[in-house]
Amino acid sequence: MLHIEIDGKPLEVEHGSTIIDAADKVGIAIPRFCYHKKLSVAANCRMCLVQVEKFNKPLPACATPVADGMKIFTRSKAAVEAQKSVMEFLLINHPLDCPICDQGGECDLQDIAVAYGASGSRYAEEKRVVLNKNIGPLISTDMTRCIQCTRCVRFLKEVGGMQELGLVGRGEHAEITAYVDKSVNSELSGNIIDLCPVGALTNKPFRYSARSWELTRRPSIAPHDGLGSHIEVHVKDNKVMRVLPREKESINECWLSDRDRYSYVGLNSPDRLKVPMIKHNGTWVETDWKTALEFAAGQIKDITNQHGADSLGVLASPNSTMEEGYLIKQLANGLGCGNVDYRLRQTDFRLDGKRVGIPWMGCNIQEIEELDRILIIGSNLRNEHPLLAQRFRKAVANGAELSVVSPLDNDPLMKVAHKVIVRPNDMVNVLGQILKAMSGLQRLSLCLPPSLNALLETITVRPNTQAMAESLAGLAGPDGLVDLVAPKVGLFIGNMALSDPRFTEMYSMMEAIGGICGAKGGILPAAANSTGMHFMGVMPNATGMHARAMLEVPRKAYLLLNVEPELDCQHAALAKAAMAQAECVVALTAYKSEALENADVLLPIAPFTETSGTFMSMEGRVQSFSAVTKPLAECRPAWKVLRVLANTLGLDGFDFDSSEAVKNAIFKGEKPSTVVWRNLNNNLKELVEIEVNIKSDGLQRIGEVPQYESDPIVRRSVPLQKTKYNIRPMARMRAEQMAQLDLVEGDIVLATQDKGSAVLQVKLDNHVAMGCIRIAASHEQTIGLGDLMGDITIEKTSKELYKPYETTMLKVVA
Amino acid sequence: MLSKESIEKIDYELTKYPADKRQAAVMSALRIVQTERGWLSKESMTEVAEYLRIPEIAVMEVATFYNMYDLEPVGKYKISICTNISCMLRDSDAIVTHLQNKLGVGFNEVTPDGKFCLKEGECMGACGGAPLLIVNNHTMHEFLTVDKVDAILEELK
Ligand code: SF4
Ligand code: FES
Ligand code: FES
Repeated sequence: MLHIEIDGKPLEVEHGSTIIDAADKVGIAIPRFCYHKKLSVAANCRMCLVQVEKFNKPLPACATPVADGMKIFTRSKAAVEAQKSVMEFLLINHPLDCPICDQGGECDLQDIAVAYGASGSRYAEEKRVVLNKNIGPLISTDMTRCIQCTRCVRFLKEVGGMQELGLVGRGEHAEITAYVDKSVNSELSGNIIDLCPVGALTNKPFRYSARSWELTRRPSIAPHDGLGSHIEVHVKDNKVMRVLPREKESINECWLSDRDRYSYVGLNSPDRLKVPMIKHNGTWVETDWKTALEFAAGQIKDITNQHGADSLGVLASPNSTMEEGYLIKQLANGLGCGNVDYRLRQTDFRLDGKRVGIPWMGCNIQEIEELDRILIIGSNLRNEHPLLAQRFRKAVANGAELSVVSPLDNDPLMKVAHKVIVRPNDMVNVLGQILKAMSGLQRLSLCLPPSLNALLETITVRPNTQAMAESLAGLAGPDGLVDLVAPKVGLFIGNMALSDPRFTEMYSMMEAIGGICGAKGGILPAAANSTGMHFMGVMPNATGMHARAMLEVPRKAYLLLNVEPELDCQHAALAKAAMAQAECVVALTAYKSEALENADVLLPIAPFTETSGTFMSMEGRVQSFSAVTKPLAECRPAWKVLRVLANTLGLDGFDFDSSEAVKNAIFKGEKPSTVVWRNLNNNLKELVEIEVNIKSDGLQRIGEVPQYESDPIVRRSVPLQKTKYNIRPMARMRAEQMAQLDLVEGDIVLATQDKGSAVLQVKLDNHVAMGCIRIAASHEQTIGLGDLMGDITIEKTSKELYKPYETTMLKVVA
Repeated sequence: MLSKESIEKIDYELTKYPADKRQAAVMSALRIVQTERGWLSKESMTEVAEYLRIPEIAVMEVATFYNMYDLEPVGKYKISICTNISCMLRDSDAIVTHLQNKLGVGFNEVTPDGKFCLKEGECMGACGGAPLLIVNNHTMHEFLTVDKVDAILEELK
């Protein structure tokens, strides 16, 4: 500990702190532009100059480490003079156009200029002008306002993992730009808006729509991925105007993914369902709640009375709140129906009943940073969990070795030590090789059960899997210097594996590998409340059908919660057919869309901003939020709709008068965290039968769900749809694959799966494993296709059959 | 495509730095490519970026920072005359005027036959020889006089 003094205040600080850290700790404000606690120190704006005793010139507080006995003055005459001069320099070329600048009212330059600037300028010469750049649909630029602090450059390089902006030129000619006419494509790009201390980078969709002081700021929880990021929703006139991160160090730090930041545009989409609708003789008719609910209840009752309770299928989106999930399950069970499921994109349910507890990510989000060895199985991390990927990036920057087993070789923007890119079907074998190699490594004392051992006999370990196993065991790799005796290992399995027909094998292998090397980890669930849904058992009971079976063996009636069947289910064609044949489909939905054309009743529910509720994140955190606006038109919170629907159905036990009451029922009055910690457990009760050497020679589809198609809200965010990051459905394959199929880029092919097909354009993508065709899912162009990770055939077809996809949104019904 | 010779030279530069610090060779790589091609086009910068496996913008930052990298064609001979303080005190102005009259071009312009380009140079740290100029970043001529300049131009023709 060092003893220093700032403005006369004696202070103890740690070795290595800078003056600015020390001052921040005791709440002494030092003005700054370029310094940011999460970024490297650039010390280029010079706003933070302070006076230090025994130094005859002012020093930058952000770049000066403290020394014992240092006496620092932040408000002395010399310090203030230095700060004022810097301010004057910074304003020389600044346009001072605050009245027309979106940053006005929340601008560091404005605030600091008020405190340190002069009331008039001595600079009468011409100011420089910098041309604006078009860096994509999410961020507006006014580059003349830029003060070259380089926070944006450092963020994209250090946190985003890829330097997409740079400071080109020098001195008076220096300016921030992307390379020639490139845009900023990072999935975390919106954060540079928050970082920019002036109005050079502002929010494009929000531009000129409100002034910051007109907005009411309300806390909420991000509703897309399982991270549970804390957000602040800015509201004006009962409309969501924008979304910003709320600082939460242990979850999202001070960042937000673009999906969480810009999805709100979808909340104000013209697609929003405003009033209940019933289909009469094929045409949609608007109606009132009472009629709609009575009609829905009547239909469900008639059908279940006539055909039995299991003629009903209940599908709930894992993006729904815990309260909604709980009520829909109670409702189904109340009717005697066990066909309830939230696992819409899963196809392998062999683990049902074999789990000890609730599957989760197996560690805390923050712990990822401390891992030494990481194995990621079947996940396109940046696409599935954009902000979580950043934690892994930090771990790797800290020296962790990352290994990847995946059918896609997408650049995670961090160093990958070992990777095996194979067909999903072969991933099981690869994991088997790792397991075998690990059990053979002398340093590991644990042995495997004999049954599994026998199985591994048939596997041959290849050099690359051997290297992976050695890495996980902590042995020094080719450029590692020392062996780690007890490395902290993390194993994680992602969305592509979760949708795979051999998920069970992959999961069990991962369990076994984890057991040997004492690893943490688990599944990285796809949606905001997947873990919560599992926790409440929004899953079939012993005799019920799971999500896949409900579509394979079609039901007479369906109750959908927040689901667009062809876009949200694993097997689009099957989902569509099942809905089409049903006698009655009751959909609780925030949107009217073509994907619900087979519904019979549409009940308008409130999205997360218009209802209170709770999400359970992938690390088991139970986070409740309140509504930030009133529901649009006739929309109602889904928990209320379900309560009234249950009452109309004559079911007991639905007398909840608030979402908190539902939450209390879920946790039975206990403290949520206590209940959750007792229940989270990734272990299996018993090892499942594993077949490792299944051969399958045909082509396999990789039906990844693009980040900006993952749920109904994002699908309707126009700016996100326009980004380059959003992958359009095409038949993507590697060059060798193209040659083997005798195709060239731009050819039109007919892709056929078991129950349907799609006409697509061929695209070269060398990230795809041999034997695989990557075709994005959850899109109107591919709703004819089947299993996300299933077999597929490809044949060339005529160009006439191809309809290029134009609009980015589903057409509105009626 | 970078030529085989350039790649060999860049590879040699890379041996001076740790294997995972390829970015360190960016200045040398740009110099090598410029010497071969005369100037640095966007495509050249992209190729350097690809070869060093670094973002293109990181190459552009360096290429635009130093004025000895030419981002536009400069003709066969680029003549940079120092106009900084020491040279100016030794009457570099007269040399500049003479060159501009003789070649018929101003600073940053190329003669119609594509042979000569005039550039305003910054102090080359060789003030002892002021006034001075440098041809194609490599050949320096000191203690200039009008006659000496004529002789140099004659030699280049
Ligand atoms: S654009 Fe903003 S964040 Fe980037 S350098 Fe300029 S002022 Fe800084
Ligand atoms: S904040 Fe210290 S120099 Fe910019
Ligand atoms: S001023 Fe011309 S070389 Fe220094």
